[in-house]
Amino acid sequence: MTTEQRARSLGVHVVLIAYSLLAVGPILLVVMNSFKMRNAIFGSPLAPPDAATFSLIGYEKVFRSSHILTYYSNSLIVTLVSMALVLLFGAMAAWALTEYRFRGSTALALFLSIGIMVPIRLGSVAILNMMRSAGLNDTLTALILVYVAQGLPMSIFILSEFIQQIPKDLRDAARCDGVPETRIFFEVVAPLLRPAIATVAVFTIVPIWNDLWFPLILTSSDSTHTVTLGVQQFLGQYITDWNSVLAALSMAILPVVIIYVILSRQLIAGLTSGAVK
Amino acid sequence: MANLRIEHLHKRYGATAVLNDVNLKIEDGEFVVLVGPSGCGKSTLLRMIAGLDGASGGDIHIADKLVNTLAPADRGIAMVFQSYALYPHMNVRKNMTFGLKFTGVPPAERERRVTEAARMLRLDELLGRYPRDLSGGQRQRVAIGRAIVREPAVFLFDEPLSNLDAALRVSTRVEIANLHRMLKSTIVYVTHDQVEAMTLADRIVVMNKGCIEQVGRPLDLYYAPANLFVAGFIGSPAMNFFEAKVAGVEGACARVDGPGFRSFDLPATSLKMGDTLTVGVRPEHLARREDGSFTVEGVVELVERLGESSFAYVRRADDRLFVAEVRGRQTPTPGERVALAAANRDVHVFDSSGLRVSSPTNT
Ligand SMILES: Nc1ncnc2c1ncn2[C@@H]1O[C@H](COP(=O)(O)OP(=O)(O)OP(=O)(O)O)[C@@H](O)[C@H]1O
Ligand SMILES: [Mg+2]
Repeated sequence: MTTEQRARSLGVHVVLIAYSLLAVGPILLVVMNSFKMRNAIFGSPLAPPDAATFSLIGYEKVFRSSHILTYYSNSLIVTLVSMALVLLFGAMAAWALTEYRFRGSTALALFLSIGIMVPIRLGSVAILNMMRSAGLNDTLTALILVYVAQGLPMSIFILSEFIQQIPKDLRDAARCDGVPETRIFFEVVAPLLRPAIATVAVFTIVPIWNDLWFPLILTSSDSTHTVTLGVQQFLGQYITDWNSVLAALSMAILPVVIIYVILSRQLIAGLTSGAVK
Repeated sequence: MANLRIEHLHKRYGATAVLNDVNLKIEDGEFVVLVGPSGCGKSTLLRMIAGLDGASGGDIHIADKLVNTLAPADRGIAMVFQSYALYPHMNVRKNMTFGLKFTGVPPAERERRVTEAARMLRLDELLGRYPRDLSGGQRQRVAIGRAIVREPAVFLFDEPLSNLDAALRVSTRVEIANLHRMLKSTIVYVTHDQVEAMTLADRIVVMNKGCIEQVGRPLDLYYAPANLFVAGFIGSPAMNFFEAKVAGVEGACARVDGPGFRSFDLPATSLKMGDTLTVGVRPEHLARREDGSFTVEGVVELVERLGESSFAYVRRADDRLFVAEVRGRQTPTPGERVALAAANRDVHVFDSSGLRVSSPTNT
């Protein structure tokens, strides 16, 4: 390595490390302070908890005074079911739109891509009315339906790109082999889409888990609140219970981090190597 | 085992016609090779036989059954792709058995067929491997194995060897020939490679711009090309062409004359005085000899020595180049003036529409 190269790589690393600190810093701060006493949070917010300041009071309060476990399971159900549906329908729609030419296929593709550009929140009032008249008000089903609609356009877009990269010969070979179309999709195409599916899963999960807006307008009882909404009850207009807020937030972050770690292994592409030539 | 009959087959993509009235009859157990320049529609024809592309018109019969509307799997064909198209997430055994699951082959029978194919193709050791861990030649054999286990009536190969290196290509070629001898199945095989075509084929189909130019046994195409295109396409280096004219007609004989060669007589009843002709002679048929009726002279410009033979590039008086293959150690030297002749039967004469007229007779 020449000095110039070394200097350049050093520069790149400095930038990347700075960015990582910036991104990870707030999370670390939240988690750290959630284990501290109230005085310590405000006294020395940047210090890690030590023997004198360590306290689980936030977590105790959260578990005692709220339905955190219900919120948690609501969030998990909504996120995982939405993700599963988005991936299933997204992959199937992407396959249909790229593989088959049928009447209106271009129009359908265009219609679906509109969803990428128009934020679904613009339709909040209509969605609210719709859910109310369908009797789905204050149910998890309502949230799932909205999130599937929100996630589908982008997932179809990304998966279409990946499906186009799967060699056409592979599908033709399967057809000559007598594999039915549905099995071609599930047993030949879908396994090769794993990296793409992981990407889409991450893109789908994070906004759903973090969403505050739709739980706020679509759910009204404790039994249907999600974690993000549940945390809000500790943020008062006059007094905020910081211990509880930070503890609840830490717990809300955890699943996203875990899912990301699991899926990021799948993000490694190159699965198709050896298929052709 | 089955015959294959293609009648008035057409294929259009929008306004462009890719196949034009293709008619072809292939006998049971025949090895037919499709050759032709890039883009002439070979793959398209093969894919239509397989049922992967629909026809714009015409009929395809396999084993005397009209298959126009049948799905690929129901046609009794198996296709081997140029890119191998192995399922990357399945091991070799799974690659071969995957399709059988869906066509109602019982597990014991699947196992028997895989074992049989693996033995035939020397894949026994590789059954547990994934495609990414195989060499190009091994992948090719797996692709062929996947076709064999289907026990198809007709095998379709689309340039199966073109991704292999030269040595492997030769050995795999021999294997395919052996395979055909053992299985005795009907094979349609697309290739760019003349040697493959000549060595493997029972009959060769020469295609050009979506039409069949000639169908015939390899040596027939070589020694009696039906038209200018086939004459120029089959053989390497390509046939030399000389412009010519009918200089006179005497009874059933036409005198052919042109720049750069000595005029000769041709038994031809339909030719008229002044007709333009093309005379074709293969480089390997030109030699320093006395008895040929066709003699061409020129100055040697360049000699390519290949060992057993050499190619001499000779410039004629009218400033055109032609190629002659010279065998043995006595290679001509550049600058040397040579007269080269060809035997009567090696001289091909084509009329102005490119169709073969006849060869000159001894006079
Ligand atoms: N989907 C398509 N749309 C339009 N034209 C096409 C399509 N597929 C093939 N063609 C055209 O059809 C012609 C024949 O293609 P084909 O692949 O059969 O050629 P080929 O003889 O196999 O050539 P090669 O030797 O290069 O493989 C080409 O000119 C090609 O451009
Ligand atoms: Mg081709």
